[in-house]
Amino acid sequence: MKRAISVTVNGTKYSNEVEPRLLLVHYIRDTLGLTGTHVGCDTSNCGACTIMMNGRAVKACTLLAVQADGAQLQTVEGLATNGDLHPIQQGFWEEHGLQCGFCTPGMMMAALELLRRHPDPSETQIREGLEGNLCRCTGYQHIVNSIQNAAGKLRGTPVR
Amino acid sequence: MAVSKIFGASIRRREDPRLITGQATYTDDLRLPGMVHACIVRSPHAHARITRIDTNAARRHPGVVAVFTGADLQGKINPIPTAWLIPNSDLKTPPHPALAVDRVRYTGDGVAVVLAEDPYAARDAASLVQVDYEPLPAIVNQEQAVGSGAPQLHAEAPNNVAFTWKLAGGDAKAAFAEAERGGVVVRQRFVNQRLIPNAMETRSVVAKYASSAGDLTVWYTTQNPHIARFLMSVVTGIPEHKIRVVAPEVGGGFGSKIPFYADEAVVAFCARATGRPVKWTEDRRENYTATIHGRDHITDLEIAARRDGTLLGLRGKTWANLGAYLSTAAPGVPTILHGLMLTGCYTIPNVEYEVVGVFTNTTPVDAYRGAGRPEATYLIERMVDLVAGRLRLEPAEVRRKNFIRPDQFPYATAEGLSYDSGNYVPALERALELIEYKRLREVQQQGPKDGRYLGIGLSTYVEICGLGPSAVAGAVGFQGGLWESATVRMHPTGKATVYTGTSPHGQGEETTFAQIVSDQLGLPVEDIEVVHGDTGAISMGWGTYGSRTTVVGGAAIAIAAQRVRDKAAKIAAHMLEVAEGDLTFDQGRFSVRGSPDRAKTIQEVTLQAYLAWSLPAGVEPSLEASAYYDPTNFTFPFGTHAAVVKVDADTGQVELRRYVAVDDCGRVINPLIVDGQVHGGIVQGVAQALHEAATYNADGQLLTGSMADYAVPRARMFPRFVTGRTETPSPHNPIGVKGVGETGTIASTPAVVNAVMDALRSFGVTHIDMPLTPERIWTAIHNKSDKKAPEVKA
Amino acid sequence: MIPAPFEYHAPSTVKEAIGLLERHGDDAKLLAGGHSLLPIMKFRLAQPKVVVDIGRIAGLDKIEAKGSTITIGALVTHDAVEQSDVLQKQCPLLPETASVIGDMQVRNRGTLGGSLAHADPAADYPGAILALEAEIVATGPKGNRTIPAKDFFVEMLTTALQPTEIITEVRVPAIAGKGIGSAYLKHPHPASGYAVVGVAVVLQVSGGKCQKAAIGINGVAGKAYRASAVEKALVGKALDEKTVADAAAHAADGADVQADLYASSEFRAHLASVYTKRAILKAASRAG
Repeated sequence: MKRAISVTVNGTKYSNEVEPRLLLVHYIRDTLGLTGTHVGCDTSNCGACTIMMNGRAVKACTLLAVQADGAQLQTVEGLATNGDLHPIQQGFWEEHGLQCGFCTPGMMMAALELLRRHPDPSETQIREGLEGNLCRCTGYQHIVNSIQNAAGKLRGTPVR
Repeated sequence: MAVSKIFGASIRRREDPRLITGQATYTDDLRLPGMVHACIVRSPHAHARITRIDTNAARRHPGVVAVFTGADLQGKINPIPTAWLIPNSDLKTPPHPALAVDRVRYTGDGVAVVLAEDPYAARDAASLVQVDYEPLPAIVNQEQAVGSGAPQLHAEAPNNVAFTWKLAGGDAKAAFAEAERGGVVVRQRFVNQRLIPNAMETRSVVAKYASSAGDLTVWYTTQNPHIARFLMSVVTGIPEHKIRVVAPEVGGGFGSKIPFYADEAVVAFCARATGRPVKWTEDRRENYTATIHGRDHITDLEIAARRDGTLLGLRGKTWANLGAYLSTAAPGVPTILHGLMLTGCYTIPNVEYEVVGVFTNTTPVDAYRGAGRPEATYLIERMVDLVAGRLRLEPAEVRRKNFIRPDQFPYATAEGLSYDSGNYVPALERALELIEYKRLREVQQQGPKDGRYLGIGLSTYVEICGLGPSAVAGAVGFQGGLWESATVRMHPTGKATVYTGTSPHGQGEETTFAQIVSDQLGLPVEDIEVVHGDTGAISMGWGTYGSRTTVVGGAAIAIAAQRVRDKAAKIAAHMLEVAEGDLTFDQGRFSVRGSPDRAKTIQEVTLQAYLAWSLPAGVEPSLEASAYYDPTNFTFPFGTHAAVVKVDADTGQVELRRYVAVDDCGRVINPLIVDGQVHGGIVQGVAQALHEAATYNADGQLLTGSMADYAVPRARMFPRFVTGRTETPSPHNPIGVKGVGETGTIASTPAVVNAVMDALRSFGVTHIDMPLTPERIWTAIHNKSDKKAPEVKA
Repeated sequence: MIPAPFEYHAPSTVKEAIGLLERHGDDAKLLAGGHSLLPIMKFRLAQPKVVVDIGRIAGLDKIEAKGSTITIGALVTHDAVEQSDVLQKQCPLLPETASVIGDMQVRNRGTLGGSLAHADPAADYPGAILALEAEIVATGPKGNRTIPAKDFFVEMLTTALQPTEIITEVRVPAIAGKGIGSAYLKHPHPASGYAVVGVAVVLQVSGGKCQKAAIGINGVAGKAYRASAVEKALVGKALDEKTVADAAAHAADGADVQADLYASSEFRAHLASVYTKRAILKAASRAG
């Protein structure tokens, strides 16, 4: 039996009837058509589906859409404001923090919380903070640089 | 050759804005009107006879549109072909049905397909397809598979042997005789374990068939859309001009998206049979069994050397596990791409090598990043260290002694290749300097600290890139050309669109190709759009693999751009009323020699080319040019990687402390992108050394069937890499580039293994098979420690 | 990866939830954060007919100090445990343990109660729960009962909970202070992040000698266990490296040591000793 849910995604409120078993990531991708959030594994390991839920980074593949009823969600599509890239997006662009781009939305959403927790993160804090996100292309170093770059921008200090 | 500063500049990537905003469209993001979703039913057995398939319950499930089995495909979908028919090998090519008909040969072999209105219904109904199997004995190890009494996979391939390929150069017998007399012969068995490519995006296919016109359109996670179109035509019987293959955004490949898979054929069949667009997307578990694996060699190798460390000869045999069927390029990977690179960057004049390709009840094996070359580099680089250890020589010294010298290029190897250019010593010296080799050796002399043993490892490599000359491709049995196409089209407004037959999927060529064109034509990079991955837009091409995209595709683009410039020069001369020879071209301006104010920009010239109000005699309107570049040789990038590890003798845990990569990939177009390629490669190569292994049990069940079991490496496992470069341009490549997509993977595996073995030297441990997991290291130390107390000093 | 269909309930009270469990019996599964249950449902290794989502029950997400006991609601996430000031000051072992569970995203969703109820022997909490001699409060149709940690883990994936009971609270003692030291050390599986070996140690030291040692080990056996042989060998002794190493050699005594692709039982037992030794030394150094 379907259930009615309401969620706010990137500031827009959506109400839908969903099967209880519908995974949140499928709700976002298929029901709402926000395909920037990706699915990379079945086992909650890769983090490609990472979004913000009520201000916390979560893996949308390991949540039911019904669990998000009433929640505030943010996806990669909600990072930029009025066409201005978020400092994290700028950091990833400037430091070549992505190659194929498939892990990137999840990686950036994880970075969002990482920088909230550690506004001036050490390299170790960044690497450990990315424990839940896999990238097969970059070897992570440029991702670390990207997050450092974004941290600098968010702190308002000049970036190299 | 490059003329401006844009060639060599670390500019931001042009592809990134869509990728960082979520606007990129990957195959699974596509939604077509009326689209149905496919779920493929796969064999849970590694080897079994199918005695009955009952699809009735699945068909009755709400939302199900159709269910097809192998029987439905018979006569409509041809067997999936292999495209690399290596010569002189007695290659057997048993048929590979797109869906199994009466027999399954590996866990994950497709048996049926369910189509439903939504993916949830398709998945539910797939579990209702009843397949009765009569299990057969399975075989997973290639060495055992060729033995007597082993289960047989294909009637066409007795003893499961797909091919036996031999290579000989020089006189190995004499070399070993000399070494036996007064030198040294080192023998070692090596295992290059099976790996799972793990592109972050799994495979996905969307197929649409318009019966009115007979057109098939396929959106598809492929590295080579034109090859996919060709093979789709072969398999479906739909003529090529009626097929369009599009590679939308592709989320990494690493070789795993080169092959033409059975699943693609199944989806195309479904679209034609139902008249509805069909989407199929692999889940990760499926990806682990139904998408190709890489490596999986067992090698017995021996090397002959003089006591001064001079390498004389190499002899050996490899059993290459090919899995249950021959994937698209499978026969060529452990032979042409592997055997021909055995002697690496050394003057080893005598080689004798045999490769036996073997069928087993496992997922098919094909090209995975490096494809054959990492396996070869691992063999020779480990062997050089073993020789150094045996002779108590410094590993760096043995390398220096045997390097091909700069004055020997082009160098003809014992395997029959001609290395284009190289200068190996400076790369080695630079790496030693960056890693502080001398200082670390001194630290090492002080013995372990807190039970942690320091080890330093080197890997000096050369690889074969820029695949490749088409005549050679033909000679080695590759069923295609390896040239590349490019079109540079100027638009009346002075902007350009560039069409390439390569198909980058993360490597950044939308940027580097724009840099090449900007360099040639003086256009701002922002004014250049690079189009790839669509057989409907691009005349022909051979795709992205083998570090060929920039080398071959980039060269084609440079030539096409030069042709545009040549034509523009004619028009400019006409506009300026001077002879063409009186013009100079710099930063997008044609100016009259001696009167720099008399000039026309490329944009002005382009507009005239389209207006065509006044063109020089014999010059046609418009401004665009195409080039079809077929390289005269491969390119041979090289370099030295150095790794520093600490091994915890109590736990067997390896910590990678430092890593230096000095690569020579010829001319560098975008250093930032080159670094990214190197970093990513290093991580994949280190992962083979330390973490990753696809493991089957004896029944053919994949024990590492998910990302919770198979250790794809994470950020915290690595230190910050230090990259350095030397630059030895390829003498035959029009832009001097050599390729860099695979170097990191090729070089890093032996560097790390050599470092760990260096750390374990005091225990008397000389070799451990990869991956060097804590238990394997602990066991090796433990076994040796039981026999003798470890020496204090290394 | 798509779970099989199920009937879904999201009760707003514990009582309501228990009523649902009574009604549906074995057909029902509790869902808290979902990070233990949903992965196995996606693989269809679990196909419950009814899912009772207790994630919306109010009041189960609090951490409170009550005298010498700290009560932690079942829905407290791993992250909340890690960040809790109260726990960091009064029971630092638990935040230290929580900080190495899975990854940031998992810690944001996974809950203490969910993890304990799942009773995965390779999870990180069980060792600490045992070493802390914590109590698990289970609420059922007849009200609350308190289950000592030592009785809670029955076997792999099985606890002392009745089918109609819900973990509502976990009580841990305040154990910080002079002479008390604790540590959790873990050898994570390189792919899953679960503990191949995880050792939680609580020590009381005075006069240079160990007065009490409580050591809980997860990852090694089919269920988490107290390493009593090690504990016995420590009590009354000065915690020098030799004493600790000799004691830690008994880390896997009597345990049904598990084997998998990553670690044989022999190696796992060895790792248990090494990590036990290191965890004891770390805890001892913190006992000040």
